[in-house]
Amino acid sequence: MHISDWFSRKPKYAVLKPEKKEIPEGLWTRCPKCLEILYNKELERNLKVCSRCGYHFKLGAWERIYQIVDNHEFSELDENLESVDALPFNDGIYLDKLKESKEKTGLNEAIVTGKGKVESFDVFLGVFDFGFIGGSMASVVGEKVTRLFEYGARDRLPVIIVTATGGARMYEGMLSLMQMAKTNAALSRYRRSGGLFISVLSDPSTAGVMASFASQGDVIIAEPGALIGFAGPRVIEQTIKQKLPEGFQSSEFVFQHGMVDIVVERSKLKSTIGRIIRIWNKRLKG
Amino acid sequence: MEQEIKGLTPWEKVQVSRHPQRPLTIDYIENLFEDFVELHGDRLYGDDPALIGGIGIFKGQGVVIIGHNKGKNVKENVSRNFGMPHPEGYRKALRLMRLAERWHLPVISFIDTPGAYPGIGAEERGQAEAIGRNILEAFEIRSPIIVVVIGEGGSGGALGIGVGDRILMLENAIYSVISPEGCAAIIWKDSKQAERAASALKLTAQDLLRFNIIDEIIPEPPGGAHNDINATIKAVEESIARNLEIICNKDIDSLLEERYQKVRKIGIFEENLVPKAGVEPARSPSST
Repeated sequence: MHISDWFSRKPKYAVLKPEKKEIPEGLWTRCPKCLEILYNKELERNLKVCSRCGYHFKLGAWERIYQIVDNHEFSELDENLESVDALPFNDGIYLDKLKESKEKTGLNEAIVTGKGKVESFDVFLGVFDFGFIGGSMASVVGEKVTRLFEYGARDRLPVIIVTATGGARMYEGMLSLMQMAKTNAALSRYRRSGGLFISVLSDPSTAGVMASFASQGDVIIAEPGALIGFAGPRVIEQTIKQKLPEGFQSSEFVFQHGMVDIVVERSKLKSTIGRIIRIWNKRLKG
Repeated sequence: MEQEIKGLTPWEKVQVSRHPQRPLTIDYIENLFEDFVELHGDRLYGDDPALIGGIGIFKGQGVVIIGHNKGKNVKENVSRNFGMPHPEGYRKALRLMRLAERWHLPVISFIDTPGAYPGIGAEERGQAEAIGRNILEAFEIRSPIIVVVIGEGGSGGALGIGVGDRILMLENAIYSVISPEGCAAIIWKDSKQAERAASALKLTAQDLLRFNIIDEIIPEPPGGAHNDINATIKAVEESIARNLEIICNKDIDSLLEERYQKVRKIGIFEENLVPKAGVEPARSPSST
């Protein structure tokens, strides 16, 4: 027995936790911000935004796609790209992580890319899914984003990317970091083709993806209450050894500091994108 | 692993790359360039002492020099923020790259940073935007660029001045997507597993040459650069001179195309063109 154990308070009797009001699974969801219990069907109808406090729940990639494209019509591209344990990273833990994420999300990778219409305009759309290894970017995500810009340049169409990401994926080491260079190289060419790139930042959007294409949108839209920045708040707190103020790195914070164009509620996201494309479409020809 | 038999282990290389006596950007500047004039400030907010920039003459050729700079002692390290730039450092570097383009000077960039600084001011002033913009615009700079990883290549903070036509790397330098300590803390919830993370991350020059992420390894004296600083600087000089001659003799449009194509090819994955049973074949348009 360690001496410190003498001083630690151990309960004499087992304490029974007060019974939580059980929320029947699949019917109700508790808002993590205001703790309101929300009826799932109602929540879906409200685009997964809390009707009481306006909290924007994280969306899966397909949920987001269906909220943005017309008539739920979307043709996925490059879904046949498969990640491999290229380094390989320490005894196959990357392969386990990939398998687990595929089962959890039903996705092949952390981004779904493809073509669809937004308010009748053809667009190339890419949507990150934070549930897939934290929406991290490695070889496949980098390649899909790069191709999306290439398709956009080829077909002279807008590119819209919705991020939900913790940055570059460490399991592919420097191959992941270099996707920042690859995607930005492609974005540079897309820009020179006169393209329109709308970067939509959802919760969270940080690190390697923010420090590459996501911060370089022609128009940058943030969802309310998203965490947006370079370093994660925990890393900053450990570095500066103080607590960060409330709201630091929120959408509203980065908006105040001039890093995003517009903070748009989810219900107005599609119409805002449509309006921007409409203006871009009315450009001088030649 | 081959390099573990022949030389230092990845974890030992991490230590050597951070060795307090390892030559810094300032040492290369003092020894390799005549008439160095340091240029300060990003013209937007401030000057960042963690990232040095300026102009000088390298073997008769005018050049623009940029590089992270750590300090030689605690006091210097504090004033130089341990070589961790703020956004103004990256913006100064971009300003100087644009200057290089206007003056037709090649750019030589030295990488040696634990990473871009994670702090309040850095976030307020757009650290991600500054790094992202540098990476993007580096593909448009119409001047030859040589990058030399001399010590620590800390993730996005390194890549912010790390895009170029030739990426050279000292034998015991490291370049990684995340620090081994950070990686260990995430995966094994224990930063003491950093040694394991260091080998998992494949952050050595030998690994990166194999992945075509760097172009050349510059040999170090036995035990590391700090054991013979003059020999190290000579080796770096030789490598820069040889590579600079090659890239400066290329037409700038083909150089930019090569700069793009090299990065375009980075990434390892499978493209499964055989349709899965009962699933429609993917209609992916051919790229480019």
